Amino acid sequence: MQAIKRKKQKETIIESFFLICAFVAVISVLAITVFVFYNGLKPFVSNSYPLWDFLTGVEWRPGSNMYGIFYMIVGSIFATLGAILIGVPVAIFTAVYISEMAGSRIGKVIRFAVELLAGIPSVLYGVFGLGIIVPYVLKISPMAQGESLLATILVLAIMILPTVVSISETSISAVPREYREGSYALGASKIQTIFKVVLPAARSGIMTGVILGIGRAIGETMAVMLVCGNPIAGIPTSLFDQIRPLTTNIALEMGYASGVHQELLYSTGVVLFIFIMIINLAVNKLVKTKVGS
Amino acid sequence: MSKSLKKVLVSLLIGATVLTLAGCGSSGSTTSTTKDAISGEINGGGSTSVQKIIDAAGSEFTALNPEAKFTYSGTGSSDGIKGATAGTYSFGCASRELKTEEKGNLTELIFAYDGIAMVLNPANTVTNLTKDQVAKIYMGEITNWSEVGGADAPIVVVSREDGSGTRSAVEELVGFEEKLKADATIKEGNGNVQTTVAGNTNAIGYVSLTFVDKTVKAIDVDSVKATVDNVKNKTYPISRPFLAMYDESKVDDTTLAFLDFLMSAEGQAIVEEHGGIAV
Repeated sequence: MQAIKRKKQKETIIESFFLICAFVAVISVLAITVFVFYNGLKPFVSNSYPLWDFLTGVEWRPGSNMYGIFYMIVGSIFATLGAILIGVPVAIFTAVYISEMAGSRIGKVIRFAVELLAGIPSVLYGVFGLGIIVPYVLKISPMAQGESLLATILVLAIMILPTVVSISETSISAVPREYREGSYALGASKIQTIFKVVLPAARSGIMTGVILGIGRAIGETMAVMLVCGNPIAGIPTSLFDQIRPLTTNIALEMGYASGVHQELLYSTGVVLFIFIMIINLAVNKLVKTKVGS
Repeated sequence: MSKSLKKVLVSLLIGATVLTLAGCGSSGSTTSTTKDAISGEINGGGSTSVQKIIDAAGSEFTALNPEAKFTYSGTGSSDGIKGATAGTYSFGCASRELKTEEKGNLTELIFAYDGIAMVLNPANTVTNLTKDQVAKIYMGEITNWSEVGGADAPIVVVSREDGSGTRSAVEELVGFEEKLKADATIKEGNGNVQTTVAGNTNAIGYVSLTFVDKTVKAIDVDSVKATVDNVKNKTYPISRPFLAMYDESKVDDTTLAFLDFLMSAEGQAIVEEHGGIAV
């Protein structure tokens, strides 16, 4: 009797220990959310800076009390869109090649390279961008500097490759063999099978990869900070214009800021947070439909 | 029970005696250093511009006083002031004058001066700019090198991030406060500015005189060369003080000993060795 009771007690203790571990993540996300939102909404609640001016302003001059982030929102969206436009096709074709075409040896090499790419610290992408991509962009740019939307897009496109490749590859490999065999039996070629059968069947998994890639691109900071130029104003109108994404605005100035300036950097974080939450909700929805179908 | 109580009392007494003696020591003559070994941890922080100097002085100080530990985090002037006020740093450093609202209870100590060099790509033929020209370039009124005697090429303006001590010092000393042109490239840190200027023929930037290396060219301002001597004799127009500060009520003896060392002939030699200008 006693032994059983003790055993049960032990179980409960271990179980609650696991529960505590599980709560670390939950508590962290709650703490971060509350902290960022509390600080970020303060200036608007206390009316020290109008929300409308913050969201629609196109100049960031803390010393002159001008805190507009509209041009940063545009910059972040353009950079992300560009990275997706270039990175996603490359990533999907890589995934198709690895899972459908490459022999097992060359497939392994490519997969290894992609995994390695995922492990490179982002600041090194930035250094690479500043040393190689920026001077190259400068050569073809009508502007006098190479730091630009284009340089940012190129760096981000490389950075999202691992995410999109690995998730796409997993979902392509998960497409049942019978689908392909059925397609071949109807006389379709390999390419036709890939584009008409395999990719549509793996669609939701690929979309999940793309959306996670978007999340990575919009949240990237260190690599971008070195190649985007970070101007204090100006909506980008060409690929060669400099941009200041939301993330670098926070990273550049948080160390020095105080008062309203600091609070509005948190507000920038809130805007970024909302973007990321929308992306995550989209992922959840996609994953659900995948399970449902 | 009573034995342990006794022990506590005795150790408290000893502690009090030591503290009183230490108090006497520091209030006594300041010229002769006490024979007691200086121990304890000093953690300073603040301006990145002073980092080279403070780090060197710190390692010399700990070499002389092996019992002491020294760290300095280069996090920016404003952070140094905040840290010194809050007591999270034993002392803070700033590379600019303190604003009135920042002063609080802080005791300030100027331990060096600094010059800020305007730097161009070595391929640029311009060798001198007036302060007014620099201001106009940074405000976007002069946009081509031909307007200041150089080649017919657009000027790429490189500046530091908002809140940087170097940036506010330059804006104030040159006279374009809060009027930086909108499309200036913003780089974080002296090193990044230098890398950018070294990599772009048409760029202009500014870095601490202590940071200038051979990848870029420091130009004359108002026909005065950007040299240590010229900052010292106050002819070079873009210069500023390096400050250390602490809260009198929170500071410890080890920190004060370090600051004393920094102001001594030996400490000032380290300042000069690392490109700063001795006071």
